[in-house]
Amino acid sequence: MLPTPFRPLSYFWVSFRRTWMSTLSASFFTPLLYLASLGVGLGSLVGHGQRLASLGGEDYLSFVAPALFAGTAMQVAIGQATYEVWGACNPWSGAYRSMQASPISTGQIMAGHMAWIAARALLACALYLAVSAAFGAVKSPEAVAGLAVGPLTGLAFAAPLAAYSVRARHDQPFSLVFRLLMLPLFLFSGTFFPVSQLPVGLRYLAYALPLWHAVELSRSLYAGTFEPLAGSGHVVYLAAVAGAGLLVARRSYEARLSR
Amino acid sequence: MTTSTRVSARRLTKRFGDFTAVDGIDFEVRAGEVFGFLGPNGAGKSSTMRMVGATSDRSGGELSVLGLDPSHHGTQIRSRLGVVPQEDNLDLELSVSDNLYVYGRYFGLPRRQLRGRIAELLEFAQLSERAADKVDNLSGGMKRRLTIARGLINEPELVLLDEPTTGLDPQARHLLWDRLYSLKQDGVTLVLTTHYMDEAEQLCDRLVVMDKGRIIAAGSPRELVDRYVTKEVVELRFPAGQARRAAPRTDGLARRVEVIADRLLLYTDDGDATAEHVASSTLQPVSTLVRRASLEDVFLSLTGRQLDD
Repeated sequence: MLPTPFRPLSYFWVSFRRTWMSTLSASFFTPLLYLASLGVGLGSLVGHGQRLASLGGEDYLSFVAPALFAGTAMQVAIGQATYEVWGACNPWSGAYRSMQASPISTGQIMAGHMAWIAARALLACALYLAVSAAFGAVKSPEAVAGLAVGPLTGLAFAAPLAAYSVRARHDQPFSLVFRLLMLPLFLFSGTFFPVSQLPVGLRYLAYALPLWHAVELSRSLYAGTFEPLAGSGHVVYLAAVAGAGLLVARRSYEARLSR
Repeated sequence: MTTSTRVSARRLTKRFGDFTAVDGIDFEVRAGEVFGFLGPNGAGKSSTMRMVGATSDRSGGELSVLGLDPSHHGTQIRSRLGVVPQEDNLDLELSVSDNLYVYGRYFGLPRRQLRGRIAELLEFAQLSERAADKVDNLSGGMKRRLTIARGLINEPELVLLDEPTTGLDPQARHLLWDRLYSLKQDGVTLVLTTHYMDEAEQLCDRLVVMDKGRIIAAGSPRELVDRYVTKEVVELRFPAGQARRAAPRTDGLARRVEVIADRLLLYTDDGDATAEHVASSTLQPVSTLVRRASLEDVFLSLTGRQLDD
């Protein structure tokens, strides 16, 4: 018999089977477009495609590609942890309510959905890795280890956001999450230019936010320059955010579903 | 509690902040019966159902479901229950059979076993032809039947139905009652809530009448009518605004008189005789109707209000 904690995944899997084509093609074409325009197009201007000391000794394509890898995990996670989580406790889906009537516990509902989001982040990152490798942006086989960074980054964003979404009455605030949280993080976390270019105050803000850690981690794995001390620091930071998020999410789910 | 008891509650209470939704109720559901909670919206019926269904913790009192305490054995209880919530919680984007499949997986049923079970349930719900359709395209009655079928996926010993026919047209309701009756024939214990007195009369072996979080009466539909109201009722309809003014002139015509909007209800043991007295009086109603007393009259006599107020 399927163990109870895995049972919520049946729902997400069956729903996914309906839309996998559009999801996978989006996960394939979006990085293709980004890498072609930013990596190759813009990259031909930045240092004329040459390696630059200011980019850590990389050419622009190799600098930006791992950052987009981390950004992909973040984007998938935020999209899933807002509208999807919110929808799952609303009448047209009823997903959480029906799980609740079964032997599945509230904590397992939360854990199941987070596991699914982590899996979606992994899938998107795997596709991205393949596309970026085809562009020649992957310099080291260590990049394969970066596949673990995808779900970890995904959870660091998904868990705290899900804690918020599950209790949200309306879905309007989610567009603010995209504009005021996701977009600035995506643009200023050392993704398109090094954080050393930021004013000092903003630089420390970037260090404090999760995406920068995910970007640094991915970059070192793509380039094969992973250093155990700095690297594990990033991992611990992301794991701590994800762990704290899961604890808060657990309480939020209980508050919303077990009244 | 005996072995034939499926649910037993003592001083069961549910509070939301300062509001007491369920205020210390006692009841017992026996194996194989259809047990009803009758009452208006907000009486505490749904809160009671959610506690019995082990999805909401009680705030006080004792509760035993299938011999287990829902606070400690929620998972075990839910695995043996069928739950049909007030609002259909089907997934509108998925097909009819996928809704059953996914729900079956929540109960850990293996794929192969599910295939046969889904076919049976589609048959039961008379939805075999619609198996591949998106749920969004079904009518209200079909969605309700699917929700009920889904609640049966784990072959539950006890099925909880919260307002099973609210919002359905009469034909769809009768079809549903027929399905529920066939479940009872199979020995399944049913607990349902309703604010329709005809539903309670049709289906329930025993019921409790709830109002403002309390149980105000308990018994079989017949017992309740016998205990709280007379055998028959004479309904007199008056032009707008005149019923109340006519009320004093019914003195001596009936055991008790209730005023509802433009109607006077005269409670009497012999309806025809009372109707004749009315005809020869100065009352002059627009119309006169003699009928048997119902649970609606029980509720009215206990609370002074109508069920669907």
